[in-house]
Amino acid sequence: MTAEFGLAALWFAATLAVLQIALSGLALRRGRDDVAAAMRPVAIVQGALVALAMAALIACFLASDMSVALVAANSHSAKPWLYKFAGAWGNHEGSMLLWVTILGLAGAAVAQFERRLPERTLIATLGAQAAIALGFYAFLLFASNPFARADPAPADGAGLNPLLQDPGLAFHPPTLYAGYVGLSVAFSFAVGALLTRDVGPVFARAMRPWVLGAWVFLTLGITAGSYWAYYELGWGGWWFWDPTENASLMPWLAATALLHSVSVLATRDGLRAWTIMLAVVAFSMSMIGTFLVRSGILTSVHAFAVDPTRGSFILALLVIYIGGALALFGARVGTVRQGNLFDPLSREGALVVNNLLLSVILGVVLIGTFYPIVAGAMGVQLSVGAPFFDKTVGPLALLLVAVMAAGPLMRWRRDEVGAVIERLQWPIAAALFASVGVFVLGGWIGVLPTAGIGLAAGLAVASVAPLAKRNLRRAPLTLWGMVVAHLGVAVSLAGMAASSAFTTERLAAVYVGDPVRVAGFTVTLDGVRPVIGDNWTALEARLSVREGEDAPFVLRPQVRYFTTPVTTTNESAIATLAGGQLYTVLGALGDDGRWQLRLWWKPFVTLIWLGGAMIAAGGALSIVGHQRRGWMKRRRRAEMEWYA
Amino acid sequence: MSGKRWVVWLPLCAFGVIVAVVMWGLYLPADRTVHSAMVGKPLPAFTLPPIVPGKPGLSDKDFRQGKPRLLNVFASWCIPCIAEAPQLMTLKAAGVPIDAVAIRDTGPAITGFLRRNGDPYARIGDDATSRLQLALGSSGVPETFVIDGRGVIRMQHVGDIRPEDVARLQQALAEAEVGAE
Repeated sequence: MTAEFGLAALWFAATLAVLQIALSGLALRRGRDDVAAAMRPVAIVQGALVALAMAALIACFLASDMSVALVAANSHSAKPWLYKFAGAWGNHEGSMLLWVTILGLAGAAVAQFERRLPERTLIATLGAQAAIALGFYAFLLFASNPFARADPAPADGAGLNPLLQDPGLAFHPPTLYAGYVGLSVAFSFAVGALLTRDVGPVFARAMRPWVLGAWVFLTLGITAGSYWAYYELGWGGWWFWDPTENASLMPWLAATALLHSVSVLATRDGLRAWTIMLAVVAFSMSMIGTFLVRSGILTSVHAFAVDPTRGSFILALLVIYIGGALALFGARVGTVRQGNLFDPLSREGALVVNNLLLSVILGVVLIGTFYPIVAGAMGVQLSVGAPFFDKTVGPLALLLVAVMAAGPLMRWRRDEVGAVIERLQWPIAAALFASVGVFVLGGWIGVLPTAGIGLAAGLAVASVAPLAKRNLRRAPLTLWGMVVAHLGVAVSLAGMAASSAFTTERLAAVYVGDPVRVAGFTVTLDGVRPVIGDNWTALEARLSVREGEDAPFVLRPQVRYFTTPVTTTNESAIATLAGGQLYTVLGALGDDGRWQLRLWWKPFVTLIWLGGAMIAAGGALSIVGHQRRGWMKRRRRAEMEWYA
Repeated sequence: MSGKRWVVWLPLCAFGVIVAVVMWGLYLPADRTVHSAMVGKPLPAFTLPPIVPGKPGLSDKDFRQGKPRLLNVFASWCIPCIAEAPQLMTLKAAGVPIDAVAIRDTGPAITGFLRRNGDPYARIGDDATSRLQLALGSSGVPETFVIDGRGVIRMQHVGDIRPEDVARLQQALAEAEVGAE
């Protein structure tokens, strides 16, 4: 019954999306105010209905209703409740429903909260949002029905992929999707603005919080996903240049460029066409990312739906939406009035360089991700991995960091070379000092890591420089947001460079009682014993770790055996210490009675995710700052009117 | 803007290229065969003892007699090997010489397997530790290699031989015969 309720809610939501598109067309063409007034409620109800459908699916999973085919294929009654709950989106249909749910809720949020956008642009925006939603409703209803019944119903389910049985599944996909799909709002705004030809600072100020919000979620999602892969896969790496990771990185790069160019548009009324373009590209990258993962044309650990019919359906949607928006861009952008011009050496100039660098990185990642398909079509099987991306993206990213350090220290519109260099003297000194210091203390570690550590130090100093000589309590929150986010990049970069240069790895086969030494730690295997979990059994090693004369602490890495479905996973055990992380993985038992142990000492690796969290926090501060500024301005105006 | 009107159409063109690439990847039948790095290379040198009485063991010299042969990697404990047995018998009836490597197996078990499923093999080598299997780049049983008359690997077939694979193997054998001359 719950399943049918959910399906009905989905159909109703799709119907309302049709209505919303029709209303939007009618309001724009005929200029009917009464029709326009109906737009907001329709969008809100549509969002509520699709949220109900998602709730119904979650209810089916929580109740372990095995007569629903999706539950039977992906769940098991013996699973802990958290994985029943999160398992609702740990599969193709459920994750697509979650995607559409966030799309619907984003549309509803725009209808409920957006007050700054000109009315006609808002109507066009809501129409565009409904048009996107309609395509994905159709995809769910006709090609990926999550509520289909299994007849006869099996006695129990097949279980969830054990790699996904981790608390990370409860948070990572919803956060990432909120980011992906939140960008749909920017896309719809851009389409709306192209339809009404109304691009300017007002439009940019209206769009900025939505872009920032999506970007914060995307940053959090990527950071959390990276940490999840780091500890769950047991490979010790934090980024693998896997197609699915690239699929989330590409929208992030576009969104990062977008939120900087939208600031130029909001403050200086420049970069009009470019901002519109980026808004279209950012969400296009989200859709292409979804398509890459869902269609199975790129094989990846994450690709759980390998089905060309679904691939064709999504491809058709992409062609309609992205192709349509880009065609509209080509046809209309020439009629958008030229914005303000500026000197190349200015804050705008630095932001343009930042945008270009981000776009080039995006292009490189895009080409690297798609190249295996092109090569495969030519009959060559290959994969493009870390060596390519490290060599290409690495130097570009470092260049970007250098621009990032300089940009906020430049004046708007035009600046003087001498003055900029003078303001940059401390960051440059810090960069040189850190590079030389690393060389003296750690020896030659390669060009990229040395430059990375130097630039991280320079960026850190440059990031806080705008706060110098200011009353910290009176500095605007938006400035704090930028400082924290840029500082986060410096922290993250330092973690990446240091951990890649100084990680030590030790692979050993040991008898119980044998000590192994790794980077100043003595790790002793005390014993291996079986343990029993909810739906798994495991072998758990007890490792005592001693550093110098300190009291030893215990780590317990596991090899887990799941029965539904039959899989083995490595549960690494990680100790987070002041200087970094000790990462331990238990391997197989050899014929000679020795256990394989894999030990890593990863100095400063924690900084990578700390930096990611800081970047997101900076974005959040910026949203609050902008909202508060708007609120203060309105209150002041109200007071003035009252006095007048 | 007027000077660079065509620039605004560039994004659409770039997207068109992406769509073309994706359609290529999506609709071209995917090539799922494992491309062995061993194809085109000579067999590694090996000498395996016999495993069943009355049937000689196997060495790489047996594959340098001028005629292409099939080398079947199998085991009595392997279920797909039973499934492919009729196809091997068909190939044998068509005059294809077939040799085998028995992986981690025993003489009595092989004798029973051949009695139940037919015996297409001229020779069977005993690879009790999978040493030759690994040297061949074979990751499981069954696998079948087409070896030309000079001992060079010409094709690797991973998995059991289905009825529809027989013609392909025969063609590879015919090409190996032509190519070796």
